[in-house]
Amino acid sequence: MTATWIAVLATAAGCYALKLAGLTVPQRVLADQRVRRFAELVPVALLAALSAAQTVTNGQAFDLDPARLAGLGAAVVALVLRAPFLVVIIAAAATAAGLRAAGIS
Amino acid sequence: MPVDRPPRPVRDGIGLGLAVGVSGVAFGAAAVSSGLTVWQACALSVLAFTGASQFALASVIASGGSLLAGTAGAILLGSRNTLYGLRLAEVVRPRGLLRLPAALGVIDETTAITLAQPDPASARRAFSATFCCLYVTWNLATLGGALGAGRIGSPQAFGLDVVGPAAFLALIWPRLKNGRTERLVAAAGVALALATTSVLPVGVPVILAATAALAGALAAPAAHGSRRPHVAEASPARTAPAPDSTAPDDANPGEPV
Repeated sequence: MTATWIAVLATAAGCYALKLAGLTVPQRVLADQRVRRFAELVPVALLAALSAAQTVTNGQAFDLDPARLAGLGAAVVALVLRAPFLVVIIAAAATAAGLRAAGIS
Repeated sequence: MPVDRPPRPVRDGIGLGLAVGVSGVAFGAAAVSSGLTVWQACALSVLAFTGASQFALASVIASGGSLLAGTAGAILLGSRNTLYGLRLAEVVRPRGLLRLPAALGVIDETTAITLAQPDPASARRAFSATFCCLYVTWNLATLGGALGAGRIGSPQAFGLDVVGPAAFLALIWPRLKNGRTERLVAAAGVALALATTSVLPVGVPVILAATAALAGALAAPAAHGSRRPHVAEASPARTAPAPDSTAPDDANPGEPV
């Protein structure tokens, strides 16, 4: 049990330190145009990858869940129709939930 | 329905915080079934507060794997928050000791919503609202899940598993519409992550997508990709500007920070 606590606290400390490290990088580092552009593009790359991974994978396997795919499809439709953010995520969740309630999953 | 509706960054932040935070039930349940105690599950949510790392540690403990390897893997997954912090430091600009609590809130959801705001003041409000709401909800949900609340109904039944993917897409959408380099980088990031899903440990493929951002920054360092990046030749993305772009890049008031 103690070993598990050490793992829990070390994970917490490591994760916090990594968060703090990014936030406290000296601004002069970001003055470089390429570094700044990298920092701007990182969220686009990671969030796009994360969105795709959470939609079509489960662990190390591909997992094409029809309800989840339809939910993301509903989000895309809402975005194309310029719906506000909360409407987009409600459309996505409601579509997936509705299909699952109807037995599709 | 409140009479005075909160400003949009706050409203969006609270909505996302509630919807994603509820998934803490899944973490609490997974943690306890993998052998962590209720307090250990809660300690991870309170102190680490980054879902991917938390799930990773729990799954290694569940499989009886090495605690050292499990800890190292969980911390590695936290490295994407370092990259987010680089950008948030410029936009949110927390000063002095405020950086200590702010750092805890540097995660996918807060980054996405903060960087989607049109100006720094909205960005700061969005960061605070999302962080506070998600932190409280995630921790209460973790406790509930660890105590067995997951038996009431799975988050999937409510479609909550699609909230994250939909939210991330929605929040980078304006940047995808307005930037050719952004579209290329996003497409490359998705391709890299999916291509390596079956061969790399869970969570690592998404971090690997950062190399797409690196390539994009080296190929097109200009802020709006005005120079033609040579990587564009391999682009699967549309080459014409989005038909519903309403303003030129340098004058778009709604352009995300």
